[in-house]
Amino acid sequence: MSAALTIEGLRVSIGGHDVLHGVDLSLEAGRVHGLAGESGSGKTMTGLAVLGLLPHGSRSSGRIEFGGRDLLEMPARELNEVRGAKIAMVFQDPSTSLHPMLTVGRQLTEHMRHHLRLGRNEARERAAGLLAKVRIPGPEEALKRYPHQFSGGMRQRIAIAVALACEPEVLIADEPTTALDVTVQAGILRLLRGLCDDLGLAVLLVTHDLGVMSAVADEVSVMKDGLVVETGTRGQVLREPRHPYTRSLLDALPVPPGENSP
Amino acid sequence: MTMPLTGPLLSVEDLVVEHRTPGRPVVRAVAGASLRVAAGEVVGLVGESGCGKSTLARAVCGLHGTASGRILVGGHPVTPLGLRRRDPALSGVQMVFQDPYSSLNPRRRVGTQIADGLRTAGDTATSPADLLERVGLPRAFAGRYPHEFSGGQRQRVAIARALAARPSLLIGDEPISALDASAQAQVARLMRDLAVESGAGLLFISHDLSVVRLIADRIAVMYLGKVVETGPTAEVWADPRHPYTRALLAAIPSPDGAGVLPAELPGDVPDPADPPAGCRFHPRCPFAMDVCREREPDFGPVACWLHQPEPSTLS
Ligand SMILES: Nc1ncnc2c1ncn2[C@@H]1O[C@H](COP(=O)(O)OP(=O)(O)O)[C@@H](O)[C@H]1O
Ligand code: SF4
Ligand SMILES: [Mg+2]
Repeated sequence: MSAALTIEGLRVSIGGHDVLHGVDLSLEAGRVHGLAGESGSGKTMTGLAVLGLLPHGSRSSGRIEFGGRDLLEMPARELNEVRGAKIAMVFQDPSTSLHPMLTVGRQLTEHMRHHLRLGRNEARERAAGLLAKVRIPGPEEALKRYPHQFSGGMRQRIAIAVALACEPEVLIADEPTTALDVTVQAGILRLLRGLCDDLGLAVLLVTHDLGVMSAVADEVSVMKDGLVVETGTRGQVLREPRHPYTRSLLDALPVPPGENSP
Repeated sequence: MTMPLTGPLLSVEDLVVEHRTPGRPVVRAVAGASLRVAAGEVVGLVGESGCGKSTLARAVCGLHGTASGRILVGGHPVTPLGLRRRDPALSGVQMVFQDPYSSLNPRRRVGTQIADGLRTAGDTATSPADLLERVGLPRAFAGRYPHEFSGGQRQRVAIARALAARPSLLIGDEPISALDASAQAQVARLMRDLAVESGAGLLFISHDLSVVRLIADRIAVMYLGKVVETGPTAEVWADPRHPYTRALLAAIPSPDGAGVLPAELPGDVPDPADPPAGCRFHPRCPFAMDVCREREPDFGPVACWLHQPEPSTLS
């Protein structure tokens, strides 16, 4: 199987402090790769490195290969084109990726008109289609509204629609459901899985929630202190973890119903 | 169920709380909710955002007036702050909010702020450093300002300050939601341990069911302004009875490695300004019957026509 994006020996230091010590990770089209590990272990930094959005003053080495090119070597202008068009992102807080003062329609169509060079009407039509795809009721009407006029779950759906606007090949989703109610989370997880299957997206799903991981990830990597300590299929990592750290994460979970809690 | 003679520490009875905004319909955020917390007990209040959890908590603290119903703390009725400046019922209630930024004064050293609480309780034996130690922070941090702490540390400071006042009832309104995922369970456990150790009751509000499951003795499930099911946490988890509780628990994905997508609860939470007639859950309930559309199931511990108590047990 050919990889959509490959990270090799990625090292990142911020202000002289090493945060990633040689991360290896590979994303494939149509597959969700889950990235677990406690906060501070480097999950978010790995995602930001792929997007070329590392904080100011950070240094990186290694390789992030996408479409035959090394993203770490790419000039900023070109990287800007790739990010947003080919590689898109969704964060824990949807307001990070939505502009509060612009209508939902404007945010969706601006991306498309810029990256896909579509005309106004064509962009608008596609935007309504995208909102329907992420299951926003009344998509035509919704285009005219502002982000604050939607609930948290709907805003996250809209953020996903914006991320998908330019038909990206890779989606980085960093804790996309952590701030949401479980009932809303269930819908977003189904949506992500469906998009990955239908559009052949390669998804990097960063989450601390091993239940979320188990529901949607095909492959799972576990990070600790800036390193991937274990990678494998979902079933292998969650049922037969090899690394003691993965085992400790699983042991810390409450006992599932039926297995009798203390 | 046996009731201690002294009664519960917190008793919320058929509470109604309304939000009034000029030019907009009245929002009945809490619409006849009942709830009890005993001394030394941890009760988890769960439900989707907007169901009225925060409004209920604010009313219990006297931060919001009530439209009807009763709130008793240690047997004394709570009256909203401002009506009576020093309500005896409220001196024993402390609240920890979601955002520790908003509850700590940025210009005062945290030790001084904790000392305020100690003074409220008339405690001259304990020092602010002692309390920092109890919440797992170095004693020397008493001299620091709130901005010198991380989010998780700041929430520990807020907990230390709340505990300094020796509350009989501690309320946490989403006290962990703004924290790093890894700090969440830790801080929740800390609140539980410290409250139980001191004999206080803890009302722990969260939209995160897995954390509530870790720390609560009992849970109360709220839907659109009403508590629709209460029970011991392990029992509710093993055998949820209200269709809404079932839907909530079914939506939690299991970490079993099986790749099963959680069940979705169709439909949106209705507008609390215009709640459905009859059972508030009926438009989303897979078991809705005729009676559900007409009459509200106004009983506990499971407010659902499928779980009507035997007449003899109705009080
Ligand atoms: N200050 C306010 N003014 C008007 N409506 C409010 C106010 N605060 C909350 N509400 C409304 O009251 C209902 C319950 O809100 P809240 O108590 O915050 O729920 P929760 O804490 O469970 O998320 C919601 O419909 C919300 O929009
Ligand atoms: S009372 Fe009726 S509609 Fe309401 S939860 Fe029970 S079965 Fe469903
Ligand atoms: Mg709230």
